[in-house]
Amino acid sequence: MTSNIGTVARAMTGFGNSAIGSAFGSWLGKIAGGFLVLLVLTAIFAPWITPFDYAAQNLMNSNAAPGWPHLLGTDQFGRDVLSRVIYGARTSLSVSATAIAISISVGMTLGAAAGYFGGFFERAVMTVVDLTWSFPDILIALIFVATIGPGLTSTTFAIAIAYLAQFTRLTRAQIVRLKRETFIEATINLGAKPRHILQYHLLPNAIAPVIVVGMLAIGDGIVLEATLGFFGLGAQPPTPSWGAMMSSGTAQLFLSPWVIIFPGVVVAVTVVAVNLFGDELIRALNIRDRIRGA
Amino acid sequence: MLLRYIFYRSLMLIPVSISISVVIFLIVHLLPGDPIDNLIRVGSSPDDRLALITKYGLDQPLFVQYYRWISAMFQGDFGEAIVLRRPVADLISQNLPYSLTLGGLAFAFSSIVGIILGTISATTRSAIVKQFMRGFILLGSTVPGFWLALLMILFFAVQLQWFPVSGAKGWDSLVLPVLTIGFGGVALVARVTRVALLDVRREDFVTLLHAKGLSMRTILVRHLMPHAMLPVVTILALRIGWILGGAVTVEFVFGRPGLGLLLIRALGQRDYPVVQGCLLMLALAVMLGTLIGDVAQAAMDPRIREEKT
Amino acid sequence: MLEVRDLEVAFGPVAPLSGVSFSLAKGEKLGIVGESGSGKSLTAMSVMGLLPLSGGRITGGSIVFDGQELTTLAESAYRKLRGRRLGLITQNPMTSLDPLQKIGPQVDAVAVLHLSMNASEARTRTVEILGTLRIPEPALICDRYPHQMSGGMKQRIVIAMALAADPDVLVADEPTTALDVTVQAQIIRLLDDLVKERDLALVLITHDMSVVAQTCDKVVVMYAGRAIEYGPVEAIFDAPQHPYTQALINCIPKGLSTDEHLSGISGTVPTVSNYPKGCAFHPRCDRAKNICTSERPAFITYGNNAAACHFAGDDR
Repeated sequence: MTSNIGTVARAMTGFGNSAIGSAFGSWLGKIAGGFLVLLVLTAIFAPWITPFDYAAQNLMNSNAAPGWPHLLGTDQFGRDVLSRVIYGARTSLSVSATAIAISISVGMTLGAAAGYFGGFFERAVMTVVDLTWSFPDILIALIFVATIGPGLTSTTFAIAIAYLAQFTRLTRAQIVRLKRETFIEATINLGAKPRHILQYHLLPNAIAPVIVVGMLAIGDGIVLEATLGFFGLGAQPPTPSWGAMMSSGTAQLFLSPWVIIFPGVVVAVTVVAVNLFGDELIRALNIRDRIRGA
Repeated sequence: MLLRYIFYRSLMLIPVSISISVVIFLIVHLLPGDPIDNLIRVGSSPDDRLALITKYGLDQPLFVQYYRWISAMFQGDFGEAIVLRRPVADLISQNLPYSLTLGGLAFAFSSIVGIILGTISATTRSAIVKQFMRGFILLGSTVPGFWLALLMILFFAVQLQWFPVSGAKGWDSLVLPVLTIGFGGVALVARVTRVALLDVRREDFVTLLHAKGLSMRTILVRHLMPHAMLPVVTILALRIGWILGGAVTVEFVFGRPGLGLLLIRALGQRDYPVVQGCLLMLALAVMLGTLIGDVAQAAMDPRIREEKT
Repeated sequence: MLEVRDLEVAFGPVAPLSGVSFSLAKGEKLGIVGESGSGKSLTAMSVMGLLPLSGGRITGGSIVFDGQELTTLAESAYRKLRGRRLGLITQNPMTSLDPLQKIGPQVDAVAVLHLSMNASEARTRTVEILGTLRIPEPALICDRYPHQMSGGMKQRIVIAMALAADPDVLVADEPTTALDVTVQAQIIRLLDDLVKERDLALVLITHDMSVVAQTCDKVVVMYAGRAIEYGPVEAIFDAPQHPYTQALINCIPKGLSTDEHLSGISGTVPTVSNYPKGCAFHPRCDRAKNICTSERPAFITYGNNAAACHFAGDDR
């Protein structure tokens, strides 16, 4: 797995700069990419940006409507919604990104091995993968979280497992396709070792679609994290996460809808931006067919 | 030919169902927490506890428990709910119709509206319609279902008071849940239809259809649509599970009885038999979905029909 | 029957085809020869009025068919010509039939559409046509799917579709490129016979100069989106005026001797985005002079041929 991550990093620096540059080329790419950069910066610098302490309760000022000084209002404990949304970005982004990173590492290893070695191993892996593939991500995650208990760690692993099948399939499809190409056949015929071929020839060529799908999956992961949080299975209080905020907001749905609306809007806008930017990346790298083929 | 295909395809379900049932059985037994704890009344003796464990067969080795479980299942006995203290089969048969109605309606809504919108967005010349469809597809496939459900409640049920906030009384209680699940479903189906149509349109044989002098409309209806439907059917079949998954969240938000709500409650109460029963039903639906999808594809595509038999 | 003059095609800002002219009478066979990317297929698509499918349009010149100007014809009127009076045969029979439909209905559709036949009349006609194309058991073939047939058979089906409504002009766009060598000869002979039997006008697009030599009456040689030589087959083979035509003819193996030296053409075909100035062939031409790099040669008639070369007609 470690060598896998190394390959990812190497390939990223190789293909990254030019492709990400040209994804920023179109105006949609600029807006979406700009928003995402801003969001990440906000998450990183949350303590310096938030107008209020995200955990500070003020029961005298609970369920306050959006206005001054609480731009997005307050929740039932009088906590500032804006500050919690900003801190929520930290939770949601890091959980989803970590989960997808795990998912990519394991999925690529499994998929590459299945695609390269074929035979019984491939059939076994792909049977399990296809099985989980047809189950909705939310169900897989729900079952997993219910198994090892709620919390951010189990949410992270639940998301990782929910999208594992996707990356295994995708990587395998790339490897199988590449293996048929002449330059790989030549390398195999020249007597190169499987490890060498995988590491230097197959994975670097298979990486671009996996990275882009990974980026899109971070969007899905954010939604999944929010959903688990909404069921009360994700971040536990007082940790703010977009899903958990909405979960606690349901009780006051009619009284203070802003507690639910704003985190939801942020989730939706983030995921839309991720998808738009991912689309631009796909276009820039010209890998639409390779992604669809999986 | 098609019958042979269906026969062989169904045979493939046997190993799959066995592995699914084992997985479900094992997952559920790895759940932390002890359901017996929920049953014990305060002050009861360790002997009572033991009696209960024996009663539910929890002291037997796992494979014995699995064997008992699966053979009872074949006789329609899904065991007894530990917390709700009723036969799981009863609970399921009570909740299933609600989920089937909701899932069926949402499925029909998604496919019909999705195919129509997808076709429009692939064939329209208007840039505005194209952009609108692109936006709709993007939103539909990204907005979290539970949040949409909450917004629907806020707007249509609370503000406008057109539909009930929750529950399952009467047909009007179905509108918001169906629309919520359908929003994502329509976007998905529309996207696949659109891409599939644009793809077939580039195929060589389409040039020749034009060269025959056929009108665009004839080509679309008689040749392009059947091709575009192949991936749509695949996606629809694969996503039957996803639509049921959507039903889980939506049932939860709308407080609608159904398998989803039953499952979530059972997960919370660690009620093994109920969780097992619900998961098994969902797995069954997913498997049936892929089977129907594959058969439908074989019925539509002569190449598949031959390849697999 | 068909007269094309100074045809010009554009895809957005790029103009991959210009200055193509030829004429064709009933019973005549015209070959259009050139390397891939030279604009052969675009010429075929222009005649069929199918350029808009790939996003192109005719920006200049004219195509007159049976006294009717086609470049300005409305789509609905064009549709009545396609399949009815203009038949098309495409390159790859593997992908040119709808894989989801049986052979029969695909061929029937033409007669139903253009000859207002009902289903059973159309089927009778289909079986008849398949028979004349030497397809064994035509009635059974109608119930087969495309993937159950060989490439050569599929190409015959495509020809049957093109012939189903008795067209006047048949446009065959590299009809044998995707086929086995043995089948290629059969298909070419079949087309040859059809022209004789039905008094068709055939436009045969190919990259194979020897096929042209064997079958055609006239040739258009194309290079980099332009016609560079046009004339009767005998004249062009006897006295090619353009160095490119000469080179193409030199590429044909003449006998079975193994020590024969076959010449290739050095250099590569320019792509649309970098057509050279002046004569597009000058970077690969061994007779290029200064004038060739700056001025585009006009068509000069020399004997029975016309060639676009500054030195056409010069002795060498």
